[in-house]
Amino acid sequence: MTTATQRGLAPVRVVLDNGAVLIAKQSQTTPAVTIHAALAAGTAFDPPDHPGLAHFVSRTIDRGTLTRGADEIAEDLDRRGVSLATSVNRHALSLVCTCLVEDLESILAVLADIVRHPAFPDDEVRTRRAEITTLIRQDEDNPGAMAMEGVLADLYGATHGYGRRPRGSVESVEAIDRAALQRFHAARFSPGSLSLVMVGDIESARAVDAARAAFAAWSAPAPPPLELPAAAPASVRHVRVIPMMNKAQADIAYGFTSIRRSDAAYYAYWLMNNILGQYSLGGRLGDRIRERQGMAYYVFSALDANVIPGPLTVRAGVSPANVARAVASIDEELGRLAADGPTDTELQESKQYLIGSMPRTLETNAGIASFLQTEEFFGLGLDYDLRVPALLQAVTRDEVHAAARRTLVPAHATVVVAGPYAGDVR
Amino acid sequence: MATLERSGTALSHVHEEVLDNGLRVLIQEMHTAPLASVWCWYRVGSRDETTGQTGVSHWVEHMNFKGTTNIPRDKVKGIIEQFGGYWNGYTWIDQTTYTETATRDALDRMLFIEAERMVNGLYDPADCESERTVIISELQGGENDPDTLLDQELTAVSFKAHPYRHPTIGWLSDLQSMTREDLYAYYRRYYVPNNATLVIVGDVDTKDAMRGVVRHFDAITRADVAPRARTREPDQLGERRVTLSREGTTGYLKLGYHAPAVGDPDFFPMLVLDAVLTGAKGVNLWASFRTPPPQRSARLYRALVNTGLASSVMGGLVPTAEPFLYTISVTATVGTALARLEEAALSELERVRRDGVSAAELHKAVHQLRARLVFENDSITNIAHQLGYFETVASWRLVPALRERIESVTLEHVRVAAERLTPLNRTVGWFEPQPVGTHRDAPAGQGAGSGPIR
Repeated sequence: MTTATQRGLAPVRVVLDNGAVLIAKQSQTTPAVTIHAALAAGTAFDPPDHPGLAHFVSRTIDRGTLTRGADEIAEDLDRRGVSLATSVNRHALSLVCTCLVEDLESILAVLADIVRHPAFPDDEVRTRRAEITTLIRQDEDNPGAMAMEGVLADLYGATHGYGRRPRGSVESVEAIDRAALQRFHAARFSPGSLSLVMVGDIESARAVDAARAAFAAWSAPAPPPLELPAAAPASVRHVRVIPMMNKAQADIAYGFTSIRRSDAAYYAYWLMNNILGQYSLGGRLGDRIRERQGMAYYVFSALDANVIPGPLTVRAGVSPANVARAVASIDEELGRLAADGPTDTELQESKQYLIGSMPRTLETNAGIASFLQTEEFFGLGLDYDLRVPALLQAVTRDEVHAAARRTLVPAHATVVVAGPYAGDVR
Repeated sequence: MATLERSGTALSHVHEEVLDNGLRVLIQEMHTAPLASVWCWYRVGSRDETTGQTGVSHWVEHMNFKGTTNIPRDKVKGIIEQFGGYWNGYTWIDQTTYTETATRDALDRMLFIEAERMVNGLYDPADCESERTVIISELQGGENDPDTLLDQELTAVSFKAHPYRHPTIGWLSDLQSMTREDLYAYYRRYYVPNNATLVIVGDVDTKDAMRGVVRHFDAITRADVAPRARTREPDQLGERRVTLSREGTTGYLKLGYHAPAVGDPDFFPMLVLDAVLTGAKGVNLWASFRTPPPQRSARLYRALVNTGLASSVMGGLVPTAEPFLYTISVTATVGTALARLEEAALSELERVRRDGVSAAELHKAVHQLRARLVFENDSITNIAHQLGYFETVASWRLVPALRERIESVTLEHVRVAAERLTPLNRTVGWFEPQPVGTHRDAPAGQGAGSGPIR
């Protein structure tokens, strides 16, 4: 049997005259279609005077259009069993849902109306503002969120597109009104900033036709490109403690700026991160801090190579009594990987894992849709899924070692500890 | 409804076989991706724990990733990741389970791991000790979340007799005092083939897979398993309340009602009722909570979120072997008094208890639930989970019948189910936030959460 893995995903990609990118892939796992629309309108596009604006748009865009009320949209989606999830990351505002095959055309029509003609009604803006304020206050009571927001602010600066709080602050959200939401929509939403992926049990041509019908008439000027300076890598160690004495456990976020996704060293970094803090329940960090020291239920590292050099972060949740010891262990493990590089066995195992996990990554409609969006966003090419194994296999031990040496420098680490801890961390 | 018709066939070819030692084996061939998923289920969970040993089921689960006679402790996880595989496990009130999903050529390796886990766990004393602090860290991490703390308190107050009352992670003092011998004895008592169900779903040949199962498991001997405690929770005689008054930024309201077990005639009507109130969640504990429910038009969403009183509302009804809880969890918006939020929520619940739901609402809820069944069957891992999960709470044969059971719910069934939403059957929980920094709290609570934990 020829499997999807051997053939590759081979999606259909069409660019409409107005610049919208449509990508379709037929699969036959379930009689459903996952729709994943991404617009270049993430939190990095927040104007300096309105931090939290992109997130606010994501919470209100589906609450009424020029011709459909919020209740009508809600009813239309709910009665088909469709839950539309809107979210933002630094670069994209996404609308994702799964519907039955027979509902695809109807759902695309609603989605296009939401994306093109949101009304941001005043009463909805008021209600959702209170929700957002509550979310921000919940974050402020969450050591994990505080540590992560803290380390990003310290790495990039609190006003930088990668460093500011994605939801803004209670004060900044208070200042966002309907006019601000409309301005952001007018400035950032255009066919040229849309990529729409559809994966499911439907012929690709039919899916593309349905999306064309929904989006071809859209015309709006292309937005200006995003100006986003890269942050200078830290040259000293920076440590900050956020005391939250009402909590039971402390969260550590420990990070560096890393590389761009387009950097030739990306695959070496991917493997380096897997060896450091992913493979087999947290990599070397998990083996040391969880398995051998018994200090943490979770410890891992995450690499976010992005448009500019994104963060590489280590996260751990530990008892307040173990904060200093855990940070020291992180220092030692990073230092050791930077000094000696990985073993041949580690490199081989991580390669096997990352290559071998591709069929799992691409098993579900949602998994494929997410993969195709990433492929489109970074311009990796429609055959990227087929090229991944060779790209990883080609990485040498020396290249992973060089990546570790370049980035994992404890003397340059930025560390934030949030939780029931008021002591010093060095 | 052409697509819904097709979806019904996804589970129609389950091969069931019971080995001489009592191991129940369920195999479903699915050739949509070159993958295989294995789940090994044990009928043991936190309801089987006694005073002084709460949390032992979950700790045993952790120890079962710490090496066996034939798998060194540092290879247990890598052994499957070499195939690009995913592995995990969880423990909850009725069950403990272990899973691997990887490329089909790893099937034999997966069966080997599960057979080893059934009999050859090492339980090295030093590993038991280091895992004690890992689990206490897991407990304390849960306690950082006010909603988790409230959930645990509400569950403890809702049950006075049934062992569903204590959190799966256990009480802190038990975690501090249990010994390696306690863990090992519990492991030997419950990890026997006649207390287990092995599920295989994916790109496999049933006969080949069955030969592999026999090769790895046939020599494992059966042993007596003590019957489970027969305690039945007495009917609740009046409303119960619990208020957590602690430092925090946000208020939370949680309502708990004694709910039907999965085998109770009221279970599916209650599922429909929940869909009307808070949107359809589906019945896959592994997958349902990863996608938010379609709830924008649901009654409680409109009454609490669209009015600005709450920033979120979520209903929770999970298939369980014995009657557990139907919970409604609400996050108050900043500035909303919990009393006002509670009044608004109870007013909606009283309305549905008094007047029932409309035919249009029933139709929408049933359609939402059917769609969720389709969406949740999107991976072999999810499908295998459902077969094993239902076998531990009722029977796997309920899985192919889910759609029919949902479709057969009538307005009258929902009306009867809604009678459970009476004040007598209710526990009300408040997390009332006190300004941060105003006082030093007592040490955090003693456990965390009543959801499944890994």
